Amino acid sequence: MLNTVWFAIWGLLWAVYFMLDGFDFGAGILHPFVAKNDIERRMVINTLGPVWDGNEVWLITAGGVTFAAFPTTYAYMFSYLYTPLFFILFALILRGVSFEFRGKIESAGWAKMWDFVIFFFSFIPALLFGVAFGNIFEGLPMDANGYHGTLIKLLNPYGLLTGVLFVLLFLEHGALWLAIKATGEVSERSKAFANKNWPVLLIVAVLFLIYTKFATKLYDNYFANPIWFIVPAIAVVSLLMIKVFAKSSYVKAFYASCLTILGVVFTGIVGLYPNLIPSSIDAAHSLTAFNSSSSPYTLKLMFIVVVIFVPIVIAYQIWAYKVFSSPVTEDELNDKEVETY
Amino acid sequence: MDAVFLARLQFALTALFHFIFVPLTLGLSVLVAIMETRYVKTGDETYLRMTKFFGKLFLINFALGLVTGITLEFQFGMNWARYSKFMGDIFGPPLAIEATAAFFLESTFLGVWIFGWKKVSKSMHAISMWLVAFGTSVSALWILVANAWMQHPVGYVIRNGRAEFTNFIAAVTQPYAILKFLHTVTAGYVVGAFFVMGVSAYHLLRNRDVDLFKKAFKIGAGFGIFATIVVFLIGDFHAAEVAETQPTKFAAMESVWNTEKSAPMYLFMFPDEKNQKNTVEVIGIPKMLSMLAYHDPNATVKGLKDFPKGDRPPVTITFISFRSMVILGTLFILLSLFAFYLIRKDKLLDKKWFLKMMIWAIPLPYIAIELGWVVAEVGRQPWIVYGLMKTADATSTAVTIPQIIMSLVGFVVLYGALGIIDIYLLIKYAKKGPESAKAEAVKGG
Repeated sequence: MLNTVWFAIWGLLWAVYFMLDGFDFGAGILHPFVAKNDIERRMVINTLGPVWDGNEVWLITAGGVTFAAFPTTYAYMFSYLYTPLFFILFALILRGVSFEFRGKIESAGWAKMWDFVIFFFSFIPALLFGVAFGNIFEGLPMDANGYHGTLIKLLNPYGLLTGVLFVLLFLEHGALWLAIKATGEVSERSKAFANKNWPVLLIVAVLFLIYTKFATKLYDNYFANPIWFIVPAIAVVSLLMIKVFAKSSYVKAFYASCLTILGVVFTGIVGLYPNLIPSSIDAAHSLTAFNSSSSPYTLKLMFIVVVIFVPIVIAYQIWAYKVFSSPVTEDELNDKEVETY
Repeated sequence: MDAVFLARLQFALTALFHFIFVPLTLGLSVLVAIMETRYVKTGDETYLRMTKFFGKLFLINFALGLVTGITLEFQFGMNWARYSKFMGDIFGPPLAIEATAAFFLESTFLGVWIFGWKKVSKSMHAISMWLVAFGTSVSALWILVANAWMQHPVGYVIRNGRAEFTNFIAAVTQPYAILKFLHTVTAGYVVGAFFVMGVSAYHLLRNRDVDLFKKAFKIGAGFGIFATIVVFLIGDFHAAEVAETQPTKFAAMESVWNTEKSAPMYLFMFPDEKNQKNTVEVIGIPKMLSMLAYHDPNATVKGLKDFPKGDRPPVTITFISFRSMVILGTLFILLSLFAFYLIRKDKLLDKKWFLKMMIWAIPLPYIAIELGWVVAEVGRQPWIVYGLMKTADATSTAVTIPQIIMSLVGFVVLYGALGIIDIYLLIKYAKKGPESAKAEAVKGG
């Protein structure tokens, strides 16, 4: 039971991470396109400024929890996926410092360089996280002798499709974020982009759901317990609701987009259970919530920690989002007394 | 070059690089919080400008500390998979707790602090920085609990081919963890104090914003006296704990080859690892080493020759690092005391040579801290978990040498570039001085 609870928490942490850092990635990729001059670009960056760092901690927590609750999975997953993880790490480091560094030297070339860094190194992790999860859904080639995959094999059609799906999801999410958090032209262009991107996202999402039937065993759990179809149903309905809400309220559309991302990640998580990483060549060597977990003592300990701290974290993060609920304006960016990037 | 060596080299480089930025975060967060609290209490705008000035430097430094920390969390799994598998039950929880209890606090309230000047009340703004400082220290606590366990495992059982927790509280409350935590955090305070004093000295020498920087220097000096003395005292207890729990490390730190009762300590000595002796041993203080190690002049100190060669750490590097750290630690106390004395006598501005010296002293606490980590980690060798697992048995079997070389080169290039940019920006903004001061200077001149 505890192992199953931990499996769910593990999935939830990844889902929340993608829901939050997802709009950072999306807005980061979009910013050269929806922001045409320096002040507009600063506007995009400053919508992310107060929150991106706290969003990224969800990744560190997801990693830490994988280590604490499923150490064998942590050890294999991180060493098997050494090279792609290295690239993700590289990208996250560069994107992280770019917000701080960009405005610190007054030179157009300097700002331009970091604009490119923000764009490119938001795109790379968005894509690679998708590729990684696509490969996890498919299973990694591992058996008693270890791992038999290569970097090239990770870039298989299903992995790439999942990567594209993640990028489009995050683009939609980021565009809706900018629609409500930016002002003026930036907000208008972001709205226009969200509306143009939506049908593309819908098509890729449908393709993904179909291809998943052939490339993975994710649907086995669903056919065994059809009640679970409610999870992908939520994902699909939320995706449709983005379009419906976009006519009246972009705030509601953004919430629908949050739910879409949670739904997509949980569609995968429910299908994976009890595997954290299935083996594509020998089911006996799949890493599961049971054969790769910590001791019951540690699982209990960590459960107590999570039950105490995560609600506190959520409470003050919501408070922080409320503090910064008003959209970023150009006046604010020109105010010398207010600290901005 | 073998895979173990490369993995160690990469870990050492990325960890030491990460720890260039963490100590200033530890120290400066408290100092900026103190400055801002003074502003809230007195309403004196000088403290507001001081807060904003040192706050900006804090942020430039913080950015790199944050992003380079992610590397470390990933690296345990990427390069040390066998370690992670063996130790996950024990090492994972403090890491996960660090994230949930500390990182969220730190990052969320730092966001509020940076962007919230006009969005939250003055007191809430100052409280945000206190929460950042608190989060930073809590984070240090958990990572050091984890590291202390690698030095001195407690509250566990070996089961299912791995170490499993039987007593989490024992691991958190063991003296090794507490001492290590206090020693490291106060070392960070020393870095912060010397940073504030050094930067202030730079501006005082140029007669800029004298009132502001005199006040800042005073805050730095007061904090510095507290931090330098505490870090030294805790260090002494910590060394005694090491003597008790890690006799090979202690013997290497002091380069003791032969087991001796009432062992003396030599002021000048140098190890000769090949011949298992010291080439130089001058000015011995009788019974001093026994006193330091066990707080008992008649205690017996174990020598390296009593341990199999395969269980001994590299002696020269451990010894030199430890000695240099202690010498620097002593120097820090003297400098802080003298700084405080000058302030009390109001002679700080007359002693230009001392102000110059304090600028050049900024890097010294950093060096001392890095040396401290070398003592802790090299001194633990050949073990990754003292007495339980050898470093050579801890690497990832699935990772190839070319993969590590690629990532190692990548880190050297990326970290090198980011390090240069960050230090350049720190120096640039430190020299530039507080914002509105510039406007006044223009008006006045």
